[in-house]
Amino acid sequence: MNDSISRPADAANLPFKAPPPIFHARCLACWVMLGVALLVAASFFSLDLQWGRFFSLESMQRMGRFFGELLAPATDARFLGKLVVASAETLAMSAVGTLLAAAFGLLLALPASRTHEQDRALARSPTRLLLNALRSIPELVWAALLIISAGLGPFAGTLALAMHTTGVLGRLFAEAIENAPPAPAFALRAQGIGEGRVFLYATLPQIVPQLLSYTLYRWENNIRAAAVLGVVGAGGLGQMLAFHMGLFQMSETSSILIAMILLVAMVDVGSYFMRRLLSR
Amino acid sequence: MSGAALASPALRDPAWAARVFWLGAAAVLLVPMLVATEFTPWVLVEPDNLKVTLRFLGDFLPPKADAEFLAMVVREAWRTVAIATAGVFLALLIAVPLTLASTAALSVSSLSGRMHALPFAVRQAVRWLLIVLRSVPELVWALVFVRVVGLGPTAGVLAIALTYGGMLGKVYAEILESGELHATTSLLRNGSGRLQAFFYGLLPTNAPELTSYTVYRWECAIRSSAVLGFVGAGGLGQQMDMSMKMFNGAEVSTMLLAFVFLVWLADLASAALRRALG
Repeated sequence: MNDSISRPADAANLPFKAPPPIFHARCLACWVMLGVALLVAASFFSLDLQWGRFFSLESMQRMGRFFGELLAPATDARFLGKLVVASAETLAMSAVGTLLAAAFGLLLALPASRTHEQDRALARSPTRLLLNALRSIPELVWAALLIISAGLGPFAGTLALAMHTTGVLGRLFAEAIENAPPAPAFALRAQGIGEGRVFLYATLPQIVPQLLSYTLYRWENNIRAAAVLGVVGAGGLGQMLAFHMGLFQMSETSSILIAMILLVAMVDVGSYFMRRLLSR
Repeated sequence: MSGAALASPALRDPAWAARVFWLGAAAVLLVPMLVATEFTPWVLVEPDNLKVTLRFLGDFLPPKADAEFLAMVVREAWRTVAIATAGVFLALLIAVPLTLASTAALSVSSLSGRMHALPFAVRQAVRWLLIVLRSVPELVWALVFVRVVGLGPTAGVLAIALTYGGMLGKVYAEILESGELHATTSLLRNGSGRLQAFFYGLLPTNAPELTSYTVYRWECAIRSSAVLGFVGAGGLGQQMDMSMKMFNGAEVSTMLLAFVFLVWLADLASAALRRALG
């Protein structure tokens, strides 16, 4: 390819530069790609995936029948009423869960942040460890755990959302507190005003918009999470879905799925317009 | 406090009435929501519930650590990673062609004015397909596939493939459209094919962002593949579900620790990968 490029006549001594080799031992990206390829191959190899069963005629038929039954959603008024109640329950779960998480997140963010140079912030690392632990366990696992102590129903789901979201929001809030412009707090502190009032009158007013936007963003996520949380028995649309799917009542299942998708789509559209409204 | 503040006009809070109004409105809104969520914190400390909870939590320490059980945890943790990896790989197989079909950055007709009607309709249709794939949560796909193919990792892999295929496809198209388009349009204007314009213009300019998003999604997939186990799609989640149903706190605590460790490892690996490729 390179030889066919005609060189200008006056540049007789143009240094010939060989194209870089495709692979050489110091090419980090090549090794990384090789590792990724090996990981993918090992994954497919080690899982006993039943493609034969999935693509078999019988399961195709079963799948076809399944989706065929899904095409006739249940629309009787009593069931739709129950569906509306479950959707409202899902929304309420997400709202109360997020509210609890915002409150506890702010409470935990205070010890988890270093507010000024001389602040020793002894509780910073342990609180951050706690927040990380809360955050790294997904909502659904929290729900399955909390069902043991709170029983089946939306309360366990609400608490599960609150647990996970407290971890997420606590960390974000702590970072917001640490990144707030320090001058007003410094001015108050120089006057000998206590830490509590410094936070309330100098730091908090500056970060309230940020806290609100984080909380709203998590609420959006939590509505999505709340819709499926019930699959383990923690209330809302998910619990209805697991119940009717378990009984193979396909028309009811189909209505619930449609309600779920509508709820998520409404949240998407709503947050899109909110963002446009706020960013203008 | 308000009485003292009202005494002197200089100290009066001008937003007092608005604050009281909004607090009141929030309380009125909150009550039906608390009722709907059956918000009854006192059930947590009822003697019966408390006894069960404390026994379960007491079991947490020490975590179960005999060799046989640990080997099972390691095997299931690997299966969780494998389900996520295989799922994301299949998701890429879905997402890449759909991205190429849906991104407006590779449109030839929009180089001169508006995009033609037919390509516009095709792109819009593909985009809607991606949105539908993405908007069904992976847990619901998993429930469906568990019914069709039975318990096991196949359902988990398929669920992740479909949801993440939609997610990756949509975000890829957005990344490609928001990046620098100059090289691509130059290529297209000078008569190169769409695939050539993609490989020589669009892909090199956007490769770091595309890979870092893919790696981030892989990390998310590990988290969600552990969750998918709860509906019977294999991996760590399925074992955790079984142990929870048997109230075996020691096993649950080992598996929770293993899961947190796994997520932490995936976090590290994904950060390192993004640095290496970015």
